[in-house]
Order: sequence, then C-alpha cells, then structure tokens
Amino acid sequence: MSDPFLTVNGLGVTFPTEDGPLQAVDDVSFTLTKGRTLAIVGESGSGKSVTSQALMGLHNRKAVKMVGEVTLDGQELVNASDQELRAVRGKKMAMIFQDPLSALHPYYTIGKQLIEARLVHVEESKEAARARAITMLDRVGIPSSTQRMDDYPHQLSGGMRQRVMIAMGLINDPELLIADEPTTALDVTVQAQILDLLIDLQREFGTAIIVITHDLGVVAGMADEVVVMYGGRVVEHGSVRDIFYKPEMPYTLGLIASMPRMDQVNERLDPIPGQPPSMLNLPKGCVFRPRCAYHDLVPDGRCDTERPDLLLAQTGHEVRCHLASSVRQGIAEERLTALAGGVA
Amino acid sequence: MAGYVVRRLLAMFGMLIALTIVTFLMFAVIPADPARLSCGKTCTPEIIAANRVLYGIDKPIAEQYVAFAKGLVVGRTYGSGATEVNCPAPCLGYSFVQDENVTDLIKTALPVTINLAIGAFILFMVVGISVGVISALRRGKVTDRVSMGVALFFYSFPVFFIGLVLLYFVKIKWRLIPASVEYVPFYEDPVAYLQVMILPWITLALLYAAFYSRLTRNQMLETLGEDYIRTARAKGLAERVVIGKHAFRAGLTPIVTAAGLDLAGILGGAVITESIFRLNGIGRLSIQAVTNTDLPVVVGTVLVAAVFVIVANLIVDLLYAVIDPRVRLT
Repeated sequence: MSDPFLTVNGLGVTFPTEDGPLQAVDDVSFTLTKGRTLAIVGESGSGKSVTSQALMGLHNRKAVKMVGEVTLDGQELVNASDQELRAVRGKKMAMIFQDPLSALHPYYTIGKQLIEARLVHVEESKEAARARAITMLDRVGIPSSTQRMDDYPHQLSGGMRQRVMIAMGLINDPELLIADEPTTALDVTVQAQILDLLIDLQREFGTAIIVITHDLGVVAGMADEVVVMYGGRVVEHGSVRDIFYKPEMPYTLGLIASMPRMDQVNERLDPIPGQPPSMLNLPKGCVFRPRCAYHDLVPDGRCDTERPDLLLAQTGHEVRCHLASSVRQGIAEERLTALAGGVA
Repeated sequence: MAGYVVRRLLAMFGMLIALTIVTFLMFAVIPADPARLSCGKTCTPEIIAANRVLYGIDKPIAEQYVAFAKGLVVGRTYGSGATEVNCPAPCLGYSFVQDENVTDLIKTALPVTINLAIGAFILFMVVGISVGVISALRRGKVTDRVSMGVALFFYSFPVFFIGLVLLYFVKIKWRLIPASVEYVPFYEDPVAYLQVMILPWITLALLYAAFYSRLTRNQMLETLGEDYIRTARAKGLAERVVIGKHAFRAGLTPIVTAAGLDLAGILGGAVITESIFRLNGIGRLSIQAVTNTDLPVVVGTVLVAAVFVIVANLIVDLLYAVIDPRVRLT
C-alpha cells in the first residue's frame, strides 16, 4: 500500500451554541490512500457530515473551534489560511452533497456553474473551460450535453442533477472526492446508477473517495474501509468485510440488524432502541451506554463511569467498547447467525 | 413573453377604466357642490345654475363620465361664447378653482416629483443595500448592531419629523443652504437645483434606506444559509464572489418587488415630503386639491399615481423572469 493521501488525526470540532460549546466531533482519526473508498456511517447527528465539512474547511472558521490534524497530500489543513484552503477546495478535494436541487444555484445555468468551478482553479480561456465542462457532462452520462449546458437545475431530473454535481466535483481532477449522502435524495433505481458512476470514475481517475452515508447498502456497494460514528466519535473502524462479518461494537451490530432484508418475509425490523444522545448532554461513560443491551456484561459498571478508548481488536480493526473481545465476538456471532435465519 | 406583456397591458387598461369610474363616483357621493364653491361672494342662484351647466355637472353622472372619457381622447370644450374654456386632449378635466387644465397642472408638477423620486431612489437603494450587505457579513458584530439600530431609529420616525428637523437645522438654524429657493430644472441651474432637492432626497432616503438595509440584511442571511452557498464555497470561490454573486443574486427578488412599488409610490406623490419642503409636485398638487375640493385635480392625480403603480407592477413582474429563471411568464 502506498502512503496515505489523506491523514486525519485526532480531529475535533466544537460549535458555539447558546447553551454552551457543543463538541460535535471528538478525536476522529483515519487515513485514506488514493483509489480507495472510505465510508463514514452513522445515524443523523453522529457527526459524520460535520467531519466531512471539517475536512473541506467549510465551517465558519472564526466561530467553530477545530483541533487535531488533517493532512492532504502533505499539506496541513486545520491551521491553513483561508487562502490556502480555497486553493485546495474544488481543486485537490471536491465535495458533492445530499440534495442536488438545493446544492445547485437555482438562478444560474449548469454550464455557468461548471465553468465557474473550472476557472476558479485553472487558468484557461472560457471556451476551453466550456469544452471541459461538456466533456465532463458526457463523462457522467448526461445525454446531449451541449444543450444541457444552457439548462437551469430545475429543468433536470434528480439523477441528472446529481450527475451534474459529480461532473462539477470532478472537473478539476480532484484527488479526493467527498460525497455527503450522494444518493439519499434519489430514487432507488437512480441510486444504483449514481453509485456505479462513482465507482467507474474512481477506477478511471484513481480518486480517493469518502462517502458519508447511513445506508449500509451504499457501504457494501462501494467502500473498502468503514468508519462507524456514534455521538461524534469513531466507535468502530475496519475493512468493509470486518465491519459486515465481524462487527464487535454493539452499535455496529445494531445498525446491521436494523437493515430491512428481502430474504426474510414477515420478519419485524429490529431497530436500535432509544434515541441518539444529545450532544450537549452526553452520558458520562460510554456514549452508547443508554442504548446498549450488553452493558451488564461489563464488570464494575465501567460503561457508566469510563469512556472506552478506540483500541485495536484481535480481528485487526479498531473498536471502542468495554466488553471483552471474546464476549463481543460471541454476541456478534449469535446476532449474525440469527439474522441469517440460522436459528429456527 | 410578448403575449404576456400584451395581456398585462390590456388588463392595465381595464384597471384604469375601473379606476376612473371609482374616482369619478366621488363627484356624486361627496356633499360638496363645485358650482357653489367657485361662485364667489356675490353668489346668486342664477350664477350657480350657470356654473353647473358650464362644468357639465347639470347632467346625470353617467353622462358626465362619458364626457370625461371622451375628453381624455379627443379633448373637450366647456361652455360657449364668452365663457368658453378649451381643454385639449388628453383632457383630464378643468380646474375651475385654479382656472387651469388639469393636464397642464400635472405637466408642471410631474417633473418635480420625478426628480424627487429618482434622486431619493438612487440614494436609498445604494445606501440601503450596501448597509444591508455589510450588516449581514458582520452579523452580530458592532457594525451590524449599530447600523441596524440606526436603521430602526430612522424607520420608526415619521417622515414629517425627520423632514422638519432637517429643515430647521440645515436651512434655518445653521443656514447651510439658503432657505428660500424655488425648484429649477437641473440643466438651468445645477447649484440651485441641488440646494432645493438635497434635503427632500435625504428625508425620503433616510426612511427608505432604513427599510432596505433591514430587508437586504435579512435576505442575505437567509440565502447565506442555503446549500448552494455551501457548494459555492466548496468550489473554492473567494468569499466576495460567494456573497456578491451567489448570495446576493438569490436574495434579490423581494428587494426588486419592494423597490418597484416604492418608486411608484413616490412618483405618485410624496405628499408629506413635498409639503414640508414646498416642492410643487404631484403630492402637493393633490393635497391642495383635496383641501380645496378641487375634484377634477383629485381625479387627475389619482389616475397618474395609479398609472405609476400599475406600470411598476408590470415591470417588477417582468424583472422576476429576468432574475429567476424558474419564473415563466405565460
């Protein structure tokens, strides 16, 4: 494996609110090499979108406090100047968003928006930028791309709009693409097309991709590595196989168990009980403790008093849990077998 | 688009006819008799009766309206012989109180009002929008709070108060500007023109700039939270492009609406401002007409104001389509 292209180390993001500082992301670390895909998974409010926007430096940097390090291709970004960050945004790393209708400016043609994205970073003529934009539209599968250049976002379908977003993200050949819930706002059939497109483009350009999602189907479809987030923290981090077949953290297990399945008719969904924690009022111990069914198995009530660390487990991936490794594996095996229909 | 404009113009025509009917009905409803009012001290029933015939108000109201409408198109003659009065088309009526054609009265007053309106408009749009944008960018900071506080201050004060204060200090107490200057067109005497216009402009501009700075600030703050602003930042655009181009364009629609109607409103007569500064514009003309029960002038000024509002509405609607491509005029 080559050197990591992106290194995130101990990233923390704190917002000022009227009720005091709110730490939305705490101690997030991961690395990513070119051509690979990392999925960040979690419920709403788990800090996954905040993390991705922090990587891009999209938070109001005067008000929001950021700690830790983000190194992209050898350049540190957390303490970079606005100018340095702007030079990287849209050039070395690009981002596509959840709802392509609201993420595209309603008053400008898509051609204008694409050309603008190109000309911010590349010094070339308007005609060259226009030609480049048309090539990109072709590449993301937009038919009669030359005519579409003069269309406004509202004249395109949802899937087409997301393709335009992707074309805009990739117009300067970024080495890192951050996709924040890229398929959530789309029809299921279109979702698959967009995922296929992203995978194809990754193969072609060798882009590193971070995909933010709560959809484990997306994770299984494209990710190499998975970071599971809960309450602003990484609770489990490993290869996609490890996360799906050998999950150890009870929260990850809960996510997998709560997925609807086609092969089990009449089976009730198995949701994780309770609500995600309020970030202003996190539990003292493990943040997942109030919703965890297995905290009794940990001696001395450590789940109530002590925050677990993210530790390397025997299986080779990182887990944040007080349960003994053997106990976790036992629970996982039992739950997964039950899910697969092994228990009659 | 062309079809839309034609249909809107036709509708405008219909609306104006309806408006003339409504204003004309005032003649029938109000308990004043123009024939008696313009009769003078040595009034006899014979003179009043003669006046009624002369003014054309001896006939039924419907017939009077037809005469009025006809006068608009082909002109009109009141009375005959020695008392004959000519009112060429477009005749809005004849003011027997002022012994002049209403059309001529309006023609004299209109340039004053137009100069007042356009000068004030440019002033308050530039100031209001700039202050609003800066406030939005410095949200919560001292600049924002001070400018919004000042804006609220001027927005709360009635225009006659601001006008009188300016008049008293600038013209009377400090004598910065000669107190008695009559309106002269800019091309005749630019200095005198500015001496007359500057205070009315400032008076109107203070009130409206306060409104527009608050409106612009709110619009900017609303659009700055939109997803496409985040996209613009994610592209690596400089903050000044994000705000000056992407956010401002998106927040423009309500500002254009309000601006169009406000400009039309002032063109229809800034009654208080014109009265304070003794500018003989449409506003002052109409307030004097109302005071003197000079009904033909009232009808005329109401019509002029209505035309401005209706035309402004049409222009604003056309501008919507220019600003927002999602608006289709059909």
